[in-house]
Amino acid sequence: MGLKTNGNSIFKVIGASSLGTLIEWYDFYIFGSLATIIGAKLFPADAGASALINTLAIFAAGFIVRPFGALVFGRLGDLIGRKYTFLLTLVLMGGSTFLIGLIPSYSTIGYAAPILVLILRLIQGLALGGEYGGAATYVAEHAAPGRRGFFTSWIQTTATGGLFLSLGIIVLTKNLIGAEDFAAWGWRVPFLLSILLVGVSIYIRMKMHESPMFSKLKSEGKVSKNPLKESFSHKTNFKMVLLALFGATMGQGVIWYTGQFYAQSFLENTCKVDFNDSRYILLWGIAFATPFFVIFGSWSDRVGRKWIMLGGMLLGIVFYRPVYQIFLDDTDMTKTEQKDILQVSVPVVSRLAVENTKDSLITTSAVVTLLNGGSYTKVQSYTKYEDPGRGVVAGPDVYKDKKLATPVFWKFVGLIFFQILLVTMVYGPIAAFLVELFPTKIRYTSMSLPYHVGNGVFGGLVPFIATLIVSFPGSTPLSGLWYPIGIAALSFIIGAVYLSNTKPDHGEGHEESTKEILL
Amino acid sequence: MNGIKRALGLLWIIIGPLAMVLMFMQAIEKIGLAAEGAAKTNTALQWGIILFIFIPIAIGLVIFGWYALKGEYDRLPSDEL
Repeated sequence: MGLKTNGNSIFKVIGASSLGTLIEWYDFYIFGSLATIIGAKLFPADAGASALINTLAIFAAGFIVRPFGALVFGRLGDLIGRKYTFLLTLVLMGGSTFLIGLIPSYSTIGYAAPILVLILRLIQGLALGGEYGGAATYVAEHAAPGRRGFFTSWIQTTATGGLFLSLGIIVLTKNLIGAEDFAAWGWRVPFLLSILLVGVSIYIRMKMHESPMFSKLKSEGKVSKNPLKESFSHKTNFKMVLLALFGATMGQGVIWYTGQFYAQSFLENTCKVDFNDSRYILLWGIAFATPFFVIFGSWSDRVGRKWIMLGGMLLGIVFYRPVYQIFLDDTDMTKTEQKDILQVSVPVVSRLAVENTKDSLITTSAVVTLLNGGSYTKVQSYTKYEDPGRGVVAGPDVYKDKKLATPVFWKFVGLIFFQILLVTMVYGPIAAFLVELFPTKIRYTSMSLPYHVGNGVFGGLVPFIATLIVSFPGSTPLSGLWYPIGIAALSFIIGAVYLSNTKPDHGEGHEESTKEILL
Repeated sequence: MNGIKRALGLLWIIIGPLAMVLMFMQAIEKIGLAAEGAAKTNTALQWGIILFIFIPIAIGLVIFGWYALKGEYDRLPSDEL
């Protein structure tokens, strides 16, 4: 197959598909990147940690409905075509993201605020459930069979690219307008900006042609009449859906979301690293690691997909706990000695009356600058009781807004790079792996479901479930990692035993063979 | 290898329901703690969502195990090329 297909060069196909998918991922991830701020806007001011967990639950709701989007839009894509289906998903995603940016806060409309955001978040999830499978299928069906890993790996860069774009725009907006304005109204800017990005992508996609394989099926009258039934009621196909889920996408999902989402949440919320520093670390890590999506995707065309994907899972299982232990150790400011301190700012003292009593809460906060270039804010709190017998009781010291010394900053970039490298191993080849598992006529439906259950449910719930586990009595800050480690281990065993590592150079032969078996 | 595939099938059939029982036990314990005010963040809604999502997946794991036990994965379509 040459590089010209249906009037579009393969690179135009990749460009148009990837841009739209990247924007959908951007739309989807700005919510997660702003979870702490959004939580404060959507829920009562005294909700505390439950506001973050409830916001993460709304964030997770978007992931949970992704499999349903995969079924609805996958079916549509197998019936009317790939092009128009993923145009529709783009419009739904862009529209709902824009509207999230317009929702009033809890202080204005009460609990209607989180409910409306939840509804829009569900629409986002449905749209994304339909988008990815369409884009991956569209590119794969334009690509030469022996190079599907290379060509679809460009689509695989878009999820990380979307995360990069969302972090970049958030940091840029915050730095331009200042932290206070950003918390007050500036957090809406990344959501509102989406409408422009989506408009550009729709314009480009409108000019694309239908996939040549789907066009051929359509012209021959072989389009599936009931893709859902054919995908899930025929044992031959359904068993492959289950194998794809438990042997590949389930483990891939937790590796993806641990390396790129839980890592940032851990740095910001557990290690209390400064807002900008935690995002810069991730941005650098993503920038260095992104080319490896294409490298591993291309390599999988030569050596097979299986062991590259499983290798990424195994490294995650072995190294997650040591990596996160380093994050904790290097941000532990309780070990700071007097000789390490350059200066301490004048403490800011505030006094807060405790409701319905005459007790008061006194807090002092001071910025401590270290000789190695790092700094942090130390907050000390005391409760002064009205009852003289109880007197003043000191609370635990809190260390926050930690700015890392340069060597520690780059060490953390290296550790995030390592985690995203694992993401590129499991994620780079997986689109080609899924596409080759199913025949053209039900491909959109069949590949979308295991992908979105694996990523949306197992992966998307990593921040939520891990945060929940850490809140259990007796848990440690690292306890949350048992969830991704356990799921990745299960997926590794199933993948190692049941998946075959056939070199993917069969193309149409495989296509026909699978179809014959199915029928 | 096919023997291992089939034997592990039995394990997947057991793991599916076992995981759900453990999850239900955790849910009841944590919701109970929340009701006593000991852990404000572990609510019935959150555990309800988790159980709602993972029950069908656990059923899927049992079906996967059943297929493995019956030898459905002894030869994959890609092995036949």
